[in-house]
Amino acid sequence: MKFGILVNEGPFTHQASDSAYRFAEAALAKGHEVWRVFFYHDGVNNSNKLSEPQSDDRNLVKLWSELGQEHDLDLVVCVAAALRRGIKDELLAAGFRISGLGQLVEAGIQADRLVVFGD
Amino acid sequence: MSDEMEYQGEVVKRFMYVNRKAPYGTIYALENLETVLIAAAFDQDVSVVFVDDGVYQLKKGQDTKGIGMKNFSPTFRALNDYDVEKLYVEKESLEARGLTAEELVVPVEVVGTEELREIMAQQDVVLSC
Amino acid sequence: MLHTVNKSPFERNNLQSCLRLAQKGSAVLLIEDGVYGALSGTAVSGEIADRMDDISFYVLGPDIAARGLGESPLIEGVQVVDYGGFVDLVAEHEVTNAWL
Repeated sequence: MKFGILVNEGPFTHQASDSAYRFAEAALAKGHEVWRVFFYHDGVNNSNKLSEPQSDDRNLVKLWSELGQEHDLDLVVCVAAALRRGIKDELLAAGFRISGLGQLVEAGIQADRLVVFGD
Repeated sequence: MSDEMEYQGEVVKRFMYVNRKAPYGTIYALENLETVLIAAAFDQDVSVVFVDDGVYQLKKGQDTKGIGMKNFSPTFRALNDYDVEKLYVEKESLEARGLTAEELVVPVEVVGTEELREIMAQQDVVLSC
Repeated sequence: MLHTVNKSPFERNNLQSCLRLAQKGSAVLLIEDGVYGALSGTAVSGEIADRMDDISFYVLGPDIAARGLGESPLIEGVQVVDYGGFVDLVAEHEVTNAWL
């Protein structure tokens, strides 16, 4: 089955990104396809490679980036939400790309299920 | 449920946006509205629902000059131009907040909980915010 | 339809709104701070218990354990799932609605 995932919060302040990550991991482990992960609202901050949590904490940007590269996931950061928050191409961790909100609507159309994580 | 209609060879799904949050205190209402406009541009079958504090987004007379933020309530009146014609407000949410449909910036269909439950059950994609 | 609720019912009304608008035959999964709603013997336990015949209730085990509630009694009928179970629930229901 094809899943679309929407992440509406950044790393650390809310559990949303952690939950979405665990969900994506579990879906892939079960042989499902994660068709696209769309990052909206403060969720765009999950793509910021300058994020540097303490060494004993999980690094969500790195986790998403690695999961994305390992499974060739389409990690899309909303352009309007990103620019508002100072997230630009040069800040993106590997595997993320910036694109329009249409990519979220497209995920809703193309994926069999759209699962939302936020506050 | 997911009995998708074919529209000019493209898939059309029923997208429902459920607004539950008040405006200005957080950005969700504004950014959710941006998504509604985009979904409409994709020729999807869009409906927008206002429940709980979401009904405050539609309150007439919003004047944001004093807080330095953009008043986005006029955009709800433009939804019609984007062929977003299905605006539902839950009667119970409205009454709980002492509001009436006359106090809203745009004509809406006021529906009871039972009816809204039915409408929600017919959607293909539900995005709550 | 599968509904997910991630807020404590003691802080916000997400669970109440979800239960008000959830149709008979739907499923509700409590995750994150939403798991506090699954405990028995609280001031809000009755809200879920009253709908047990209409709605299937699930709670995310890792979120319960993380909050020190692994041994706490749950409302009778609430089923515990892991992230794999969460994925299965999403797959089994045609639409997922997150009550944020």
